[in-house]
Amino acid sequence: MNIWLNFLIDSLAFGATFMYGSTGEILTEKAGHLNLGIPGIMCMGGAGGCLMLNLVGASSLPPFLIVVLGILSSAAAATLMGLIYSFLTVTLRANQNVTGLALTTFGVGLMKVIMSKLNPSVYLVTPKVYYRWPFAGRQDSLQCLGVMFFLGLIIAAAASYVLYRTKIGLHLRAVGENPATADAVGINVTRYKYLTTCIGSGIAGLGGFYYVIDYMASQEAYLSLEAFGWLSIALVIFALWRPHRTIIGSTIFGFLFSCSSFITNLSFIQVTMALKPILKMLPYVFTIVVLIVSSVRNKRENQPPESLGLPYFRENR
Amino acid sequence: MTANHTPQVREPLVHLSRRTEFSPLRAWGVRLAALVLGLIVCGLAAFLLIEKLQQNPGRIGDFYYAFIKGSFGTSRKLWKMLKNLSILLCIALALTPAFRMRFWNTGAEGQTLMGVLGAIAVDFYFGGKWPEALLIPVMLLAAIIFGGVWGLIPALFKARFNTNETLFTLMMNYVATFVVSYFLVIWVPSGSSSLAKLKYGKLPSVVNDYFLIILIALLLTIGLYIYLNYSKHGYEISVVGESVRTAQYVGISVPKVILRTMLLSGMLCGLTGFLIGSGLDQTITTESVGGQGFTAIMVAWMGNFNPLMMILTSGLIQILNQGAAQISQDFNVSGALPDVIVGIMLFFVIGCEFFINYQLHFRRAQSKEAVR
Amino acid sequence: MDNQLALQMRGITKRFGSVLANNHVDLDIYRGEILAVLGENGCGKTTLMNMIAGIYFPDEGQILIDGREVVIRSPKDAFEHGIGMIHQHFKLVDLFTAAENIVLGVHEEGAFSRRDVNARVTAIASKYGFSIDPEKKIYDMSVSEKQTVEIIKVLYRGADILILDEPTAVLTPQEIDRLFQVLRVMKADGKSIVIITHKLNEVLEVSDRVAILRKGEHIATVSTRDTNESELTEMMVGKKVDLDIRRSDPVDAQPRLVVTGLNLYDAEGVHVLKDISFTANGSEILGIAGIAGSGQRELLESIAGLQPLKSGEIIFHNPKKNKPVTFFHKSLRRVEELAGQHAFHDAAGNPVSFAGMKKKDIQKLVNDGQVLFNEDELINLRDKTPLQIRELGVRLSFVPEDRLGMGLVGSMGITDNMMLRSYRKGPHGLLDRKKPKALAERIIEELQVVTPGTQTPVRRLSGGNVQKVLVGREIAFTPKVLMAAYPVRGLDINSSYTIYHLLTRQKETGVAVLFVGEDLDVLLALCDRILVMNSGAVSGIVDARTATKEQLGLMMTRTDRTRKEAV
Repeated sequence: MNIWLNFLIDSLAFGATFMYGSTGEILTEKAGHLNLGIPGIMCMGGAGGCLMLNLVGASSLPPFLIVVLGILSSAAAATLMGLIYSFLTVTLRANQNVTGLALTTFGVGLMKVIMSKLNPSVYLVTPKVYYRWPFAGRQDSLQCLGVMFFLGLIIAAAASYVLYRTKIGLHLRAVGENPATADAVGINVTRYKYLTTCIGSGIAGLGGFYYVIDYMASQEAYLSLEAFGWLSIALVIFALWRPHRTIIGSTIFGFLFSCSSFITNLSFIQVTMALKPILKMLPYVFTIVVLIVSSVRNKRENQPPESLGLPYFRENR
Repeated sequence: MTANHTPQVREPLVHLSRRTEFSPLRAWGVRLAALVLGLIVCGLAAFLLIEKLQQNPGRIGDFYYAFIKGSFGTSRKLWKMLKNLSILLCIALALTPAFRMRFWNTGAEGQTLMGVLGAIAVDFYFGGKWPEALLIPVMLLAAIIFGGVWGLIPALFKARFNTNETLFTLMMNYVATFVVSYFLVIWVPSGSSSLAKLKYGKLPSVVNDYFLIILIALLLTIGLYIYLNYSKHGYEISVVGESVRTAQYVGISVPKVILRTMLLSGMLCGLTGFLIGSGLDQTITTESVGGQGFTAIMVAWMGNFNPLMMILTSGLIQILNQGAAQISQDFNVSGALPDVIVGIMLFFVIGCEFFINYQLHFRRAQSKEAVR
Repeated sequence: MDNQLALQMRGITKRFGSVLANNHVDLDIYRGEILAVLGENGCGKTTLMNMIAGIYFPDEGQILIDGREVVIRSPKDAFEHGIGMIHQHFKLVDLFTAAENIVLGVHEEGAFSRRDVNARVTAIASKYGFSIDPEKKIYDMSVSEKQTVEIIKVLYRGADILILDEPTAVLTPQEIDRLFQVLRVMKADGKSIVIITHKLNEVLEVSDRVAILRKGEHIATVSTRDTNESELTEMMVGKKVDLDIRRSDPVDAQPRLVVTGLNLYDAEGVHVLKDISFTANGSEILGIAGIAGSGQRELLESIAGLQPLKSGEIIFHNPKKNKPVTFFHKSLRRVEELAGQHAFHDAAGNPVSFAGMKKKDIQKLVNDGQVLFNEDELINLRDKTPLQIRELGVRLSFVPEDRLGMGLVGSMGITDNMMLRSYRKGPHGLLDRKKPKALAERIIEELQVVTPGTQTPVRRLSGGNVQKVLVGREIAFTPKVLMAAYPVRGLDINSSYTIYHLLTRQKETGVAVLFVGEDLDVLLALCDRILVMNSGAVSGIVDARTATKEQLGLMMTRTDRTRKEAV
């Protein structure tokens, strides 16, 4: 296979991390909640999954079960984080920005504490092969696409379908656009906000787990999760709040991240040490450019949900 | 309860209403209660995370002992706490003008780091060549300019295109990180990317190494309090923050205020960067600011964007931080424990505002009677 | 059908903090009737109805439907009991289509089929005589269309009791007629209609019974046949009210603001002001009528320097009184020329005539600065910022429609709000709060603003008091032109009349007043001339003393309809 195709597949695989993260964030934003806790949630998703694998990774359970248990446990840990966030911002109507940042502080810290206690030879070495099913063991670049990559694609597409093609999606978007209206027609605003925030968090958490156990599959991988969380939030703007578009956006991000390692491998480009930080800067600079471009071109349908960031209280006068 | 019979009148279990007034004293009571509750939960969380505690539950007292020891154990620790408080306070202060303008500057981390870079770059190139009396002011100037420019860039786009500043400033943090690592590669040819402590350009020691920093933070607090509440600029910031349309209506140039305020915000971050670079480290890493730029956001918010209140909130965070650091040292757990502890405490502090702003009415048992 | 009880409210009480919004209110609603709930702004009529609609939960009291006690905890409960409310501020999602808004929250079996929904919507519309395009997005709709969507939304859910909160506030007379027709059809269909309003003529026109609320208390319910306007007012306000706006005739109305050929495009490129030309005179109230969103706001904002104009001129005639004739002293011929255009007077205001005077004496009078005349200085306000306009010495006051979002800063106290226009005064960078505080205290006293103090955030004040603060500030700075957009919206009768009288007093002191209003009766009673706007253009300027409501209504919509017919 040629080198460029390898590059594309690697970008896709890397990008799945962001795909999970921003699909999750889109869901919560569509319910009117700007969740800046996504980095913490992704970290905890990673930690939750690894914690489970640390228990079952070396056991004699069938690989299939180990894979499922890891995914479920990762989603559960992230959902718990989402529950904290929902309780604070929905029920207690706390400021979303601050709550999100606090959640990130908490999540990143807790992940580090947990990960420092886990045994990589148990949670990582054996399970990572299971997660690469069906391509595990292949010599070509397809080997980096595993179950979780495809799961991510399905989730992103399904989220788009639900949001824009079903009645549940219609209700959800109404909640994010104008909760008073949604409330007045009998939609349970609180329930929608809770459920979407929790489900969105669960999905985002899988992104963290995917990166640690599958894409990177190294014991230091978790240290860069926080940055990916922030990028996932930024990607939402690129995707214009449509989950299926995160697939393209995240592939571009993946591409930009792979650049620094990839270019080093190209024989015809001489990479100096000083160039490396500049290359690593690319995804962030790209995000800034996207932000600017999207703010210059304004279209009504491409705006953030109208009540984003605002707490809802029915009797507000 | 069958459906066909007259349904029993039931109010919702809990019913909410917004408080119209609440005495400040009771508000502080609620906050104090949240603090105590938070400390208890922090203790429980630590209990779960620290194996030694689980093996010997009697040590739960040790936990709180270590906690207090962390900040107040020795006079050196106390000074260190005050120094940390001051640095965090300075960044929070830097953020405050922007926040009052509802410009969600999440880029204090990067702006401060650029400040450190400015100071250290001058120190690196001119240290030893220039007298200290010239070198240090130039370091200060460079730090302020670097920080200011880093704050100004997102403001330019906000003022011109209304570009989302939260994410822009956030990304600028990471760009700053890689700018620093770029310079580290250039400055440290060995490839280790760790710059040895520079010999020159150290902020003079008054009383001790920390006193001057604490003093500057204090002066900055008072200065900013006056600027925000009693100056025309401060007034314009409040008007723009409350309503851009009102500002336009009375002829305030909104872009000008945004640019000016973000320049100030960035410059103050730069100043803090100078305090870190020249006053403390005399070197730079990508972790020189160590996440305080984010913590400062919460300090400023919890302090209600009031510089005087922020002394208390940054104190709270640093006491927690240092206490938790002491615990992680005494009980040999990950150095990330302080983040967990601070995070838990923040949940309580953030959540308690609800009980100040809203009133809960529980279902009364004899609601029928109340109807008469 | 007649006299069958649909809903009863018994002893309903609701408090907001220390404010008693409803105090043991009893109210009956029958099938097949139109019940008007009448009361002043702030009397608790909307709050009361919100409790049937499930928005608020009563602190005390019972609600009975068909004789059985029910608990309405949420709008969903209300729908299940066949109650639907059309709120004054429409509860629609702007980004959705009409059909999407209508089905929102309705739980039906099976998938969400756009075609079925459209068919049902159209069926309901034709049954009651509406016209609606189910696929149109709300943000493209006029107010009247949005109201139609709201009503169909409620009917779609099978509501038998419809509550309409101030349904006519933003409609033209013709649209109101159409709405009332629809209401009558629904009544004949056996539905119960409740309209919340404070407009007496509508109550008398459409309702069967009237329930009057005052300060949260139910005063009486009377049959519309047996009552009249003055009796209703007295019950509503609690005392006899003088509903007369004493309009004085303009004295010496001189052009003060001459607007020619204004064209404005908004950020999306929509042509919002089309060739607007008019003259506003001093000592005159110029009313501006039109359907909401016809460009009234943009027009006032353009004059105030808040909109970048495409073309046009805004000339302010700044009266310069008592200018001495000095610059022509060398050539008496020029003095004579000037005398042809202006009347001269002396320092005491007595007219000066040169008739029969010797040239030398005239020269001497001129040289001594004894010959004075009045002349307007012409200032073009186009492309000037609000700040530049003030620096030019143009005293232009503006009471915007959005009081707390534009005219005042809600989180600041009255003192700090007084500073908004004047804070730049003073040599150094620090604020001077002394004079604003004095002004704040003066306004509180003169206009009887009810507030705990000058520091209390104005957001916490009631609508009437907020408006008094805003109008007070704008008048305090002795304007030459005073523009007010919907200054009585949401105010009770007494506050409204305070505002009318303030505006009239301004006019009497020579100010050119521009008054944008929605209540045509008030416009006709208060103004001297009325400019009618129609989708961004001026459709005519009429004499308020001779024009009629129907005439205004036609002018507000006419071209719109003709254009539709032409297509």
